[in-house]
Amino acid sequence: MRLSDRLFIFIAVCLALLVLTFVDSAVRVRLAEPALEARAVLVRRLELTDLSLFTEARYTRHLSQSDRHTAFQDHPNSFDHFPSGSLVLPPSHLRMP
Amino acid sequence: MKTLILRQKYLIDFTLSSLKRRLAKNLGLLLVYTLIVFLLASVMLFTHSLRREAGIILESSPEVILQRLVAGRHDLMPAEYLDRIGRIRGVTRKAGRLWGYFYDPAVQANYTLMVPRDRELGRQEVVIGAGIARTRGVDVGDFLTFRSSGGRAFSFRVVDILDADSELVNADLLLVSEGTYRDFFGIPADRFTDIVLQVRNPSEVRKVAEKLTVLLPDARPILREEILRTYDSIFSWRQGIVFVLLGGSILAFVIFAWDKASGLSAEEKREIGILKAIGWETSDVIRMKFWEGSIVSLTAFLLGFILAYLHVFYGQAALFEPVLKGWAVLYPSFNPVPFVDGLQVATLFFFTVFPYTVATIIPIWRASITDPDAVMR
Repeated sequence: MRLSDRLFIFIAVCLALLVLTFVDSAVRVRLAEPALEARAVLVRRLELTDLSLFTEARYTRHLSQSDRHTAFQDHPNSFDHFPSGSLVLPPSHLRMP
Repeated sequence: MKTLILRQKYLIDFTLSSLKRRLAKNLGLLLVYTLIVFLLASVMLFTHSLRREAGIILESSPEVILQRLVAGRHDLMPAEYLDRIGRIRGVTRKAGRLWGYFYDPAVQANYTLMVPRDRELGRQEVVIGAGIARTRGVDVGDFLTFRSSGGRAFSFRVVDILDADSELVNADLLLVSEGTYRDFFGIPADRFTDIVLQVRNPSEVRKVAEKLTVLLPDARPILREEILRTYDSIFSWRQGIVFVLLGGSILAFVIFAWDKASGLSAEEKREIGILKAIGWETSDVIRMKFWEGSIVSLTAFLLGFILAYLHVFYGQAALFEPVLKGWAVLYPSFNPVPFVDGLQVATLFFFTVFPYTVATIIPIWRASITDPDAVMR
């Protein structure tokens, strides 16, 4: 088999897999709808406000509820020492030039 | 048409043979290129998926939350504030919430203690999140003992475990009755953690918040749209430390790829000289190099993206777990829902495939318009 034919087959397989990721995404999003709804119901029932992604500190656990001077929560000059603090952005008005 | 296709096939054959002659070098380039696309695509897919999911589920969070601030810090809310708020037009319901944090020295994890208002619990009953059940190794019917702020030991019987499918929001939750909560933390009956308000018409929320600020100057309202905005900006894939860390490796790759693509080796120059000497047109040489750039970059993009998809949506984004977990003991076990944004994929395609392809063509064009004799020397 010619090298170009082998390449075409390889690219075709990869493209098919790429299309498959989109199909898989669409199918799994549809399948996840009941689970998403269940999560939304739990959020409504318990009046939750945040994701429990960063549970290491109170101001990372409830990002939307934390004090305004995050990340200097404990005392002035208390630098943020939790790793997830580096993922969390400062408020938008501080990021504006 | 058939001639044109055959001509391109011969050119691709020649290009692939040429790539095979420098196999190790080109494979190395392809590997690094694929890795860069993989990392970028993983960050993009993961953050987009989390942002969409956060947007969907937090759409059900309370419209307005009222917090009391004392000396700039969050303080308990007096119950009389509920009366002071009185009747505000548009507010259909207002209630005090009870929640707080508890550090469990047994597993060195932080829990969120809450009082649910939709279910009655006995004084010794507790409902726990699936994350706590996993970390503490407890099941329904088991007992958990915690020491309260006053030093008293409280024993709780686990009566239910929250749905493991919703760990993203309930991993660290501990639901107890109001009486137990107040006893445990020593909070008087006339205090709440904060107040939640339900507003019927979404367009009135801002007006309600303004009225609340006037009525209670020491309180600050947090709107649901602010919560959603917080999560939208946190999971923006162009921002955050992951992208900063990636920036260094992307820059290193750009320099490497640019050097490889734009600087022709003596061997490549000789090859062009020979091709021109045996009668190849300048356009053929450029086409050949176009195919070379396209094959390498397209292969890297396709492999990188497919691997990233598998990593994020079938491998639970294992590479990001240490970054997200930080120092937290409790980390929710969750499979991100595969929301894929076609526009983001197209942007990634454009920024990974085009620059490399263009970078390979320019130096070749320069070399191929010069005299074959001069190039070979």
